Amino acid sequence: MVPPLAGLGSIKKAVMLVILTPWTYQWIANLHAGVASVFVGDTASYNPYMPDYEPVIGLEVHAQLRTRSKMFCSCPADYQAAPPNTRVCPVCLGLPGTLPVINREAIRSIIMTGLALHCEIAQETKFDRKNYAYPDLMKGYQISQYDLPICHDGYLEIDVDGERRRIGIERVHMEEDVAKLFHRTDPATGEGYSLVDVNRSGVPLMEMVGRPDLRSAEEARAYLIAYRSILQYLGVSTGSMEEGSFRCDANVSLRLRGASALGTKVEVKNMNSFRAVYRAILFEIERQSAKLDRGERISMETRGWVEEKGITVSLRSKEEANDYRYFPEPDLPPLHVEPSWVAELEELLPELPEARRARFMAAEDAKGYGLSEYDASGLTDTPALADYFEEAVGAVREGHGGDEAPKRVANWMLSELASHLNAANAVIDDSPVRPGDLAGLLGLLAGGTVGTTQAKAALEAMYESGKPAAQVVEELGLAQVTDSGELTGAVRQAIAENPSAVADFLGGKETAAKFLVGQVMKATRGKANPGIVAELVAEQLGALKQ
Amino acid sequence: MSAEEVRRVATLCHVGVSDDEVEQLRGEMAKLVAEVSVLQAIDTSAIEPTGHAVEGVHTVMRDDEPIEPMGLEDVLSNAPLREGDYFRVRAVME
Ligand SMILES: [Zn+2]
Repeated sequence: MVPPLAGLGSIKKAVMLVILTPWTYQWIANLHAGVASVFVGDTASYNPYMPDYEPVIGLEVHAQLRTRSKMFCSCPADYQAAPPNTRVCPVCLGLPGTLPVINREAIRSIIMTGLALHCEIAQETKFDRKNYAYPDLMKGYQISQYDLPICHDGYLEIDVDGERRRIGIERVHMEEDVAKLFHRTDPATGEGYSLVDVNRSGVPLMEMVGRPDLRSAEEARAYLIAYRSILQYLGVSTGSMEEGSFRCDANVSLRLRGASALGTKVEVKNMNSFRAVYRAILFEIERQSAKLDRGERISMETRGWVEEKGITVSLRSKEEANDYRYFPEPDLPPLHVEPSWVAELEELLPELPEARRARFMAAEDAKGYGLSEYDASGLTDTPALADYFEEAVGAVREGHGGDEAPKRVANWMLSELASHLNAANAVIDDSPVRPGDLAGLLGLLAGGTVGTTQAKAALEAMYESGKPAAQVVEELGLAQVTDSGELTGAVRQAIAENPSAVADFLGGKETAAKFLVGQVMKATRGKANPGIVAELVAEQLGALKQ
Repeated sequence: MSAEEVRRVATLCHVGVSDDEVEQLRGEMAKLVAEVSVLQAIDTSAIEPTGHAVEGVHTVMRDDEPIEPMGLEDVLSNAPLREGDYFRVRAVME
C-alpha cells in the first residue's frame, strides 16, 4: 500500500476518497448485493445418486486489432518487433495534459466484427474509464467501454459431434492494451522489481464477451477457433495466441443437469494455445466435480493455468477482486456511429468461414468443389489455407486438368503438405511449395511420370528446396520408367526367375500375375509405371498360354 | 459508513489510513455522501442519460496514419528509475 497522502489532514483525505471514487454509491450498493450467490454444491452433496453435472462455460476473448497506429494516439502499433519504449508518445505514456483521439480504422474493424457475429451495432456509444493501479497501466486507468459497447447481442455457430449449436455473444467492445512488464529479482537485495516497456500500451484491443452457452471443453475450443477464423477472414486481427495478440479467459461452473440456476463461477486465465484452453477447461470440470462430490463448495475465484503441470492454481479470490469504479471518459465525448457507415461496411463483408465451407462442400456444377465436410472444414480454417486451395485447384484445372482436381488437392494439402508444415511449425503462407508447384506435382502424378511414393519424396524435396516439381523429379531421378522397351526386359526377367508363379498362372491362378508385377516393381525400385508393367506382364503371360 | 468500507475505498485509491483515521473518516465520509445525496432527490426518469458534461457533442475520429513516436531518451528522461531501455518500478503483486 502506498501512503502518498499520509501527511495530509484527514478531512482532506476524506474529500479525496470521495472525489476519487465518484461511483461510491454504486459501489456500496454492489457491496450489499454481492453477498448472495447460488451454490449447487449443497444440493449435490445430499444427492443419493451419482450426481450428473453439466458444465457451463463462457469465454472472454481479447484480440489486438491490426491497425497501423494505436487506439488513441498515432504511435505505430507494430510493437512486437520494436525495441523497448520506441513506440511511445505523451498520450500512451499517460502524461498529464494529453488527450485521446479515436482511431477510425479500429472502430471500422470492430463494426465489421460485430456484423460478422450478427450483433446489433450501437448508434450511440461511449467510452469509460476502468480504474485500477498497476504499473502496466500508464494513466492509472484503462479506456474501455462499460455499459454501451459498440456491438452487442450476437451469436456464433459451431459444429461439434455433428451437432450445430448457436452460442450467444453478449458484447464486443473496444479498449486499449496495457504496457508489458518483465519481472526481475535484484541480485543484491533479493527483492523483486519490474521493468516496463510501454510499446504495447494503447494498441487497440477488442474484447468479446461470450454468453455462458458452452457445455464442454470441445465446444469451447470450437467456439474459439470459429471466432478466430472470423477475425482472420475479416483481416482485423492476426489471432495469434502464441504471440499474445489473441487471449482467452474462460468462466467455468458446474450445475446439476436440468437445473436452471448457475453454479459458482471460476475464471481461468493464462492459457496461450487452443490446446491449453481445452485442457484447462477439462481440468477445471474435473476439479470442480470432485469437489462437489466430496460435498465441498466451489469458491468464487480466479485461477491460472500452469501449462507444465497441466493444472489450474488459485490466483486470487473474488472477495478481493478489483472494483474498477467505471465512469464515463471525460476526455472523449460519446461516439455516434452513422447507420449509413454500418450499412456500407455490411456490404463490404467478405465471404466468411461458414459460407466458404458451404461453398467448398457444394457440388462442382454448383460452383463448389464437392468436398467432404471434414476436408472443407480443414481447408477453410484460415483464409490463407482456403486461398491456397482454390489457387491450386485453379492451377490443376488450367494445367493438366483431370478428374477430381479438388479432392486430389485437398488430400495432398491436408496430409503430406500439412505434415511438412506441422513439422516446421509453419503456416501455409510460409510454405516454400506454392499452389502452382503443388499443381505441377499433381500433374506429374496424374500423367504417370511419378508414382505416389515418388511424388511424396518429390514434395519433401520441393518443401526443402523451394524448387518446382519437374526440376526435383529430374534432379532426384524420381521419374517412372514408362518406356515399354526398357520394361519389356525387366518383365521377361521376372517371368524367367519365377517359374512357379508362371505355373500357377497357367494353372488358372490369375493373382499370380500381380505377384509378377510386384517383382518387376521391386527390380526397378518402384520407378516402373505399374500400369504399363501390368500390361506387359499380361501380354507375355498371354503369349505363354497359347 | 463502516470501517470496512472506508478501508476498501482507501485501498482502491492507494491511500494509507491508520485505525484512528478510519474512525474519523467514517463520520466525515458519511457526511460528504449525505451532502451529495441531495442529487438523488431529483426525478431523472424522463431524462436521457448523459454520457458527457457537454451535451450534443460527439467525438471525432482520426485516420489510421502512424506518426513518428518520441525518441527513447525523451521517453525515459523523466523516469524516476531506469534500467537499460526500460522504466524500473517496484514489484507490485496482484
Ligand atoms: Zn502513443
